[in-house]
Amino acid sequence: MTTATTPRRAEADPWLPLPYYVAANHTETPDTATLVLRPESEPIRPFLPGQFTMLYVFGVGEIPISVSGDPEADDGALVHTIRGVGAVSRALRHAEPGTAVGVRGPFGTAWDLDGPAGSDLVLVAGGIGLAPLRPALLHALRHRRRYGRIVLIAGARAPAELLFTDELAALSARDDIELAVTVDRPGAGWIGGVGLVTEPLAALRLTPERTTALLCGPEPMMRFCASTLLDKRVPPARIQVSLERNMKCGIGLCGHCQLGPLLTCRDGPVVPYPVAAPLLEVREL
Amino acid sequence: MAWLTRDGLDRLVEVLRERGYRVVGPTVRDGAIVLDELSSARELPAGWGVEVGPGHYRLRRRADDAVFAHSAGSQSWKRFLHPSRAKLWSAERDEAGFRVSTEEPEPVRYAFLGVRGCDLAAIGVLDRVLDHGGRYHDRRAGIFIVAVNCTEPGGVCFCASMGCGPGVGAGHDLALTERADGFVVEIGSERGAEVLAAVPTRPAAPDQVEAARAAVDAAADRMGRAMPAADLPDVLTASRESDHWTDVASRCLMCANCTMVCPTCFCTTTEDVTDLTGDHAQRWERWASCFELDYSYIHGGEVRTSGASRYRQWLTHKLGTWHDQFGTSGCVGCGRCIAWCPAGIDLTAEMAALVEQRKGAGDDHRDDTAPG
Repeated sequence: MTTATTPRRAEADPWLPLPYYVAANHTETPDTATLVLRPESEPIRPFLPGQFTMLYVFGVGEIPISVSGDPEADDGALVHTIRGVGAVSRALRHAEPGTAVGVRGPFGTAWDLDGPAGSDLVLVAGGIGLAPLRPALLHALRHRRRYGRIVLIAGARAPAELLFTDELAALSARDDIELAVTVDRPGAGWIGGVGLVTEPLAALRLTPERTTALLCGPEPMMRFCASTLLDKRVPPARIQVSLERNMKCGIGLCGHCQLGPLLTCRDGPVVPYPVAAPLLEVREL
Repeated sequence: MAWLTRDGLDRLVEVLRERGYRVVGPTVRDGAIVLDELSSARELPAGWGVEVGPGHYRLRRRADDAVFAHSAGSQSWKRFLHPSRAKLWSAERDEAGFRVSTEEPEPVRYAFLGVRGCDLAAIGVLDRVLDHGGRYHDRRAGIFIVAVNCTEPGGVCFCASMGCGPGVGAGHDLALTERADGFVVEIGSERGAEVLAAVPTRPAAPDQVEAARAAVDAAADRMGRAMPAADLPDVLTASRESDHWTDVASRCLMCANCTMVCPTCFCTTTEDVTDLTGDHAQRWERWASCFELDYSYIHGGEVRTSGASRYRQWLTHKLGTWHDQFGTSGCVGCGRCIAWCPAGIDLTAEMAALVEQRKGAGDDHRDDTAPG
């Protein structure tokens, strides 16, 4: 895929996808794959953990997908983890290496990982919600000494739906990260936790004033996790959630992603919980 | 201030056309006043007024031959600044995958003739929302604006209560006030002065200027409606769970007319199309509406399925959260959404009902805490 534009506005057009190709497609679960994309020529701007891009499949369409890769990777790879739930996401989930895709972005707000040095990080992921948290986790591990405790709680409906299982196994062997993996429906041979992510979260003994919590998953999951953290006296402003809404432009021009006062593509997807909480309480807002 | 005769207005249109502008202004077509390209000022709706109410719009003959004595029709200048359909790019399949290209024809240089206070404010709102460089900027940059101070508000107008009229605000090149025998002209920009210098005018007499100003001032008191004077963003935030949304939804047809005729509603969607060979794809941007069910679709379903939630989104955005997002109200008081609503829903009345309901809620609250 190549890009040609009139010189008048060659670089500035945020509507124009940049050409990338699929370098690798790792199956994570039956419906989810991690795609490693590489630029045909110019890469997009560097992304921050929590940001998303708009991914275009020729002749199918374009969707917003959070970046799931290492924000400091210097090999030019752009990594997304995609669950096939619609026409475009299914095409991406099954994209063969070599497939050309278009990329716009990165867009949106990032996880705030700049709290006071020594902060404890608590990351709670539900299902595909682990993907947008992975860049934050990789960042924290890369700068391990900057943080106090790092806790990762990952939940899935069933063991077969867990993402990044090799990485989770490697993390569980480390003694500088606390990992809890839990599933709703354990299968034969499952020896991990069973139940909702709120259970291991509730069991944590936290030092609330030095805790930063990053939550990503279905909205009810994030609300219950936030409520558990608030019960533990974690300051509301230190809780961040990642929101999902319909997005067509990614740049605050199309209106679709509104949630109350927020344009989720511009003011989100990562939003401090005190901003999100009153909005998530209202049905169909 | 200058005085321009009716013949002078003809000449103004000619001068603009000679300078390469495509002059767009009001003209009568299909029983309505529409905005279209004018080849001469003779095509303006001389002697036509309008009779407007909720769900109602009719042309009516006037006793005079005034050309700007009609309130807003269904179209707004949004049609030209933010077209209902625009191609963003095309892509062709090739050996490397596909190749994306854009073709960007020089934007048309329009001169807008007859932009009222409400609509000039609406252009300002669109600028705030959409002007981040790019296509909108290119289209907007070359536009020459001949504004018109309004002396003939209609039955659904409420610009005075929105602070957008009847006199025009900043942002025009020339501003006219129509009088029985000509126009008082005010210069708004150097470009405006330069164009006006090519048109025969004479200085306006002080009494002409005074009479024009008085006519505009008087128009403020003849608005058919008014937006309630309350902190609308606050009321709307407090009204998220109000039962009034269900009441509006029982009347609303979800037709999206209000968003189409609104001069500031900017929402769009993208549409990817391919031809039958599958080798050629295009992406188009077209107007969308928060009343459409799939506007809020994310996998698993739409966020806003009920009519109540969609009307709440529209009104709350227009009068409330627009302030958070863009630092201004999204409403300019033109009244189009009232006139072109097939159910005659009037946002000023719905807003007034919400304000009343909040007052009631405040009273209840006081009752709850009152002793005895």
